[in-house]
Amino acid sequence: MATFFGEVVVAPSRAGLDEEEEAREETPEDREIRREIEKKREIDVLWTWQSGGCAEEPLVCSRFIVAIGRNAAAFLSSFILDSVCWEVVGVVKLWNEWCRTSSTTNVLPTDSFCLFYRLISDPTVLLCQCSCYVAEDQQFQWLEKVFGSMQKKGLQVTILSTCPVADYKTQESTLTLASPFLKALKTKEFQEQVCCPLLEQPNIVRDLPAA
Amino acid sequence: MFVPCDRGGGSAAPDFKGFTLLMPAVSVGNVGQLAIDLVISTLDMTKVGYFYTDCLVPMVGNNPYATAEENSTELSINAEVYSLPSKKLVVLQIRSPFIKNKYRPFCETLLSWVKSSKCARVVLLSSSHAYQRDDEQLLGTPLRYLLTPDLEKAVGGRIQELNWKEMEKVAAYPGISDTDKVLHIPGGGITKLLFTESCSEGIQMAVLLKFCSEGDNIPDAFVLVNYLNEWLQLIKSEVNPSSLWKIPSSWRLLFGNGLPPALF
Repeated sequence: MATFFGEVVVAPSRAGLDEEEEAREETPEDREIRREIEKKREIDVLWTWQSGGCAEEPLVCSRFIVAIGRNAAAFLSSFILDSVCWEVVGVVKLWNEWCRTSSTTNVLPTDSFCLFYRLISDPTVLLCQCSCYVAEDQQFQWLEKVFGSMQKKGLQVTILSTCPVADYKTQESTLTLASPFLKALKTKEFQEQVCCPLLEQPNIVRDLPAA
Repeated sequence: MFVPCDRGGGSAAPDFKGFTLLMPAVSVGNVGQLAIDLVISTLDMTKVGYFYTDCLVPMVGNNPYATAEENSTELSINAEVYSLPSKKLVVLQIRSPFIKNKYRPFCETLLSWVKSSKCARVVLLSSSHAYQRDDEQLLGTPLRYLLTPDLEKAVGGRIQELNWKEMEKVAAYPGISDTDKVLHIPGGGITKLLFTESCSEGIQMAVLLKFCSEGDNIPDAFVLVNYLNEWLQLIKSEVNPSSLWKIPSSWRLLFGNGLPPALF
């Protein structure tokens, strides 16, 4: 399609479905390969109190803060986390084409990781640092497995994430915009004061923060 | 799959028995989805629930149909259901693409929801690549329809009166003359799958599609929604029908931000 300046850009088909994908029937080999890939892409959420044979109680949680992406994870590392007040209680092990995380909790800031911390003085406050990329097909699984371990009554969830300013849709040019800036989305159940303006249409959030 | 909105006061889950389900296919130019946006925005439809599904890429934003500060802060996600009981209309809007290998499970779950909620019929708005048209299709109207046999019995007559053109079948093996004719909807996303499944499961489904290309598809959306309106008469169309459809506020800035003045 032609853009503002007349250059022709190849837009990926928004049909989202390849012709071959649609027409081809799955052979038993295809099915086996697909199953193996699905198994490889499964997410494991490992909590430190889990040991073999122990019945899993849902985690009692009052506040859950999730930092998604390297910037948000770095924010927590710089301003919130320390080894005195917070202890590691869980880790997510996953693999996709972009990154692999391991079950080690001893990570470097440059690694890809997804760790859970608990506030020692109030164990119902949980924090998650997710600097790895969680692929589209893994996002729902992440959601179900992490929140599945929690008792959700009275739970307040705060999600921290970053987006490039260039992606922000606004009437003026983003060149003249004072950045960085904060925007928020909230559910109607969230009654407290939000510390920044709400995200205006037509801007949206996608991937794991959206999930 | 379907999660009703909590409207408070202990209200029961909405009843769609006998309703027409209007929905888009995620297809070339997103024309179906744009047309659905026009329907929801113009008829000021109320959101009654959403689909909790792992088949679509997650996304969230504020109310895309906001008209004022007060109604702009309701969250909106990738698959939501709106209803207008006065017209026995329920509308599904899909806002993101399918996750790889998940379109089949989605179609299965959708059709079983259609059956369990006892919708009378489904109208699917879609589109197909304009560049795949043959010589005959290049002339005349770019709009086509399809009806499942069960719906053909019910509304075939009315469709005949409208003088609409049925989507042509093409040769299974182009170039070979006496081969079987099959339905082929390139760029139509899940259109063909939903249609063929509905045929075999006895669901009353109509597909309305337009041949188009990627680009500024707003005019295509208007053409498709006017086509739909010829049949379903959702709005009064004696005067210029295009002027009666209300563009939602989320259609702003479809082609990017303002330009920096320093550029000039």
